[in-house]
Amino acid sequence: MTAPHAPTPSQTIGPFHGHALPVVDGGAIAPVAHPETITVHGYVYDGAGEPVPDALVEIWQPAPDGSRTGAPGSLRRDPVTGRAAGRDGVTFTGFGRVATDADGRWAVRTLPPGGVPYLSVALFARGLLRHLYTRVYLWEEPGDTLLASLAADRRATLLARPEPPRTYRFDLRLQGAGETVFLEFSGAGRP
Amino acid sequence: MTRTTAPVPPRPRSCPPYRGTRYRTPARPLVAVQDPEAVELTGPVFGAADITPLDHDLTRQHTGEPIGERITVTGRVRDRRGHPVRGQLVELWQANAAGRYAHRLDQHLAPLDPNFTGCGRCLTDDEGRYAFTTVRPGAYPWRNHVNAWRPAHLHFSFFGTAFTQRLVTQMYFPGDPLLALDPVLLSVTDEAARARLVAAYAHDLSVPEWSLGYRWDVVLDGPCATLFEEDGR
Ligand SMILES: [Fe+2]
Repeated sequence: MTAPHAPTPSQTIGPFHGHALPVVDGGAIAPVAHPETITVHGYVYDGAGEPVPDALVEIWQPAPDGSRTGAPGSLRRDPVTGRAAGRDGVTFTGFGRVATDADGRWAVRTLPPGGVPYLSVALFARGLLRHLYTRVYLWEEPGDTLLASLAADRRATLLARPEPPRTYRFDLRLQGAGETVFLEFSGAGRP
Repeated sequence: MTRTTAPVPPRPRSCPPYRGTRYRTPARPLVAVQDPEAVELTGPVFGAADITPLDHDLTRQHTGEPIGERITVTGRVRDRRGHPVRGQLVELWQANAAGRYAHRLDQHLAPLDPNFTGCGRCLTDDEGRYAFTTVRPGAYPWRNHVNAWRPAHLHFSFFGTAFTQRLVTQMYFPGDPLLALDPVLLSVTDEAARARLVAAYAHDLSVPEWSLGYRWDVVLDGPCATLFEEDGR
């Protein structure tokens, strides 16, 4: 690339994003009381097996009808006070954002994605020079090229474990035993 | 951009001088996704309800004025072809002028400012432009090594048209002697790339008897659905 359009480098999110980025209802992607709602939850662990209490998990996914346009309203603010207002409870935006708690735990409530079996994840944390991408596979589909390309033990790190009813467990391991498969997309989109 | 050979998946980098990376950097290589139907080639959108008109001015979020040197920071957000990223969310967070975050876990013995929270957001305009008014943050110590100080910096978060273009980074101020000593900035090993994290003082953006201006343009990396459509690929 030539210099004028050379990409801006990434830098760590640091430990103090918590008063800026997480919001009320950030993990409440599903409309309120929607009967198809699923819960996806888990922990983030570091290479020493310790929970990561200052990570940020972002989710992006198609709507149940397969639409990938998304919709505004994930991070609504109250114009009266300037504070986070929460979602409108109706719109499915396709986007979620949650911080891990002091135990390294995160959870979102959403609707199953249409057309694909996975939720896309961007994971940010102090100590990561750049965020990491991965996918939460809620079920396996025979034609999925990513899953098909992975050895069984690596593939297993992308498969959420069903915890009926309508709940899935997905842990993220940054390093070491059971390290989650993390993704890069520089070659995606080619014909 | 045309690529004729399959890309080599880059390894996530660990930077020994920045100690926090040690147990958090994956040891295995990233797995390349080559799927043109990948969901990550699209991304979330935001709108008028996601911000308020005052969110871009961090000096007007309380009843009084924050202490510090008032600055404006503006620039354009573009994709790697130079096309503007329009109507997308930009978020900013920072320490106050004394170098302390309004975050309970920040125990640096510098004063909190009751008139400064240090969080802002805005949507880019049709030319990809963002603009914030704030105060210049102070440097602050951290425990990476003895006498470690972070240079003054603003934390920024950007969204592109694709989730692959997501960017969280930090902006620095020109001429700061701490830039050469900072393991976080030095974790970007290419000098030219580091320079792209340093804003330029822009006298044309300074407002007489009001504020000092800085310009910082941003280029989001990563493929997106529209990039390929417009390239006819
Ligand atoms: Fe910081």
